[in-house]
Amino acid sequence: MNNILTIQNLEKTYAGGHQAIKSVSLEVKKGEIFALLGPNGAGKTSLISIICGLVTPSAGKVIVDGADIITEFRKTRKTIGLVPQELSVDGFESVINTLRFSRALFGKRKDDAYLDQVLKDLSLSDKRNEPVMSLSGGMKRRVLIAKALAHEPELLFLDEPTAGVDVSLRKDMWAMIGRLRENGTTIILTTHYIEEAEEMADRVGIINKGELLLVEEKNALMKRMGKKELHVVLDKPIQKVPVKLKAHELELSNDGSSMTYRYDTRAERTGIRTLLNDIHEAGLGVADIETQQSSLEQIFVELVGDDA
Amino acid sequence: MNYLGFWAIFRFEMARFFRTIFESLASPVISTSLYFVVFGTAIGSRIQEVEGVSYGAFIVPGLIKLTVMTQSISNASFGIYFPKFMGTIFEVLSAPVSFVEIVMGYVGAAALKSVIIGLVILLTASLFVDLHIAHPIIMLLFLILTSISFSLFGFILGLWAKSWQHLNIVPMLVITPLVFLGGSFYSIDMLPGVWQKIALFNPVVYLVSGFRWAFFEQADVPIAISLVAITGFLILCIGIIAWMFKTGHKIKQ
Repeated sequence: MNNILTIQNLEKTYAGGHQAIKSVSLEVKKGEIFALLGPNGAGKTSLISIICGLVTPSAGKVIVDGADIITEFRKTRKTIGLVPQELSVDGFESVINTLRFSRALFGKRKDDAYLDQVLKDLSLSDKRNEPVMSLSGGMKRRVLIAKALAHEPELLFLDEPTAGVDVSLRKDMWAMIGRLRENGTTIILTTHYIEEAEEMADRVGIINKGELLLVEEKNALMKRMGKKELHVVLDKPIQKVPVKLKAHELELSNDGSSMTYRYDTRAERTGIRTLLNDIHEAGLGVADIETQQSSLEQIFVELVGDDA
Repeated sequence: MNYLGFWAIFRFEMARFFRTIFESLASPVISTSLYFVVFGTAIGSRIQEVEGVSYGAFIVPGLIKLTVMTQSISNASFGIYFPKFMGTIFEVLSAPVSFVEIVMGYVGAAALKSVIIGLVILLTASLFVDLHIAHPIIMLLFLILTSISFSLFGFILGLWAKSWQHLNIVPMLVITPLVFLGGSFYSIDMLPGVWQKIALFNPVVYLVSGFRWAFFEQADVPIAISLVAITGFLILCIGIIAWMFKTGHKIKQ
């Protein structure tokens, strides 16, 4: 069995009647990094909360490493580590004690050597005996990750792991996630930073209004939905796009110094040769040409529309 | 059964008690001393004896019960409400622990704290009055049963509460009046006829009465009824908590 997580027709309707999850089915393979993208209120946290046991599903089934999350909750929860979005950590305890608590809570015997290694990996060794309340927000975020790793989970959920942290810490976390993947940990992350998913994820799922719109290999998705832009820099600025070039639907920059042409990489013909010929025939001089691939963010915006 | 999980919660809660050991013990000891000064010395000097027991000694079981009940409720309700308020409850709810381990951890710690405080008050009281405990084992049994059952009640309160105001309103408006009107400082025989009958509807009467019997072999109601009352209350609280966890009421969405 290669899947660590299997979700079948999962639904959640809250007491107030709001349907947060609409018949979601998903499979996540062992060892992969899966990024769940979606605008605020899309259902990302509800989905994670159900899998972790914090929210009761209305219908459907969730299997974690071959066990049902409801009937075999002890087994599934031992497998899972959760880093929540909010900085929820007891401030009165020392960092090491709060990690010892987490490890024991998940039924694992005391192992300070392992916990010290986790602290080292997260650059927290020098904070080992300090009360959590004395740490900065970024450090508290690291403590939350350390707590989630304290019981050696095989499946780690990171709910907006780098929300509100500085660039250097974000890079550190990306590196740490890379190391976890090398150790075989499966990671499911939700994020607002699309570049984070673009940087790390193997596969991407896009969720909106409780529906999983697509699940695809990141590279395949970007290739399939990615559009390229060709920027033509002119040797002299122009006032408006010549009539002869109208068919190419060019976008003139505000200062009139360049034109942008969008084309589909999957199309049989990109139309670039015709465009360049038409530009020449229109009497325009070309100073430079550059191309740009559309990002995951643009694909995301395209899929979820105004909700993004 | 996840024994390590239960032990983690229990130790975590006890660590909070020991972190604030002075505040935890000083407050009930000072309150008890004040009660002795006011009730035992000032008022007690005008009441020679109640049912053959000096008034100072007579109020000791009631005083212990009063403190143990209020401490049990506040310790257990705070213990579960605080992580709810801070958001750290997610860790316990996502851990491989059932409601049994969760309740044993939180309630066990709250009850142990109350038993310790109860014994400290007993020790403090013995400095003021000459005390003889007729049935120490039964006294201890009542102390433990009361601590557990009221800690369970406090746990329910902590799960139910949506705000700090909620947390205080039940002890303030329900428990304190019931305890004061439950014969902590007097025998219900001292009440006028109709009030004696009304007092029997107060569950605290049965708890204080049974506890006092363990000290002086004197009770307002038979000891067996007191035991049934406290055991019934304990079972009721366990039932409510089991239902709350089963349905997720006030715990999960």
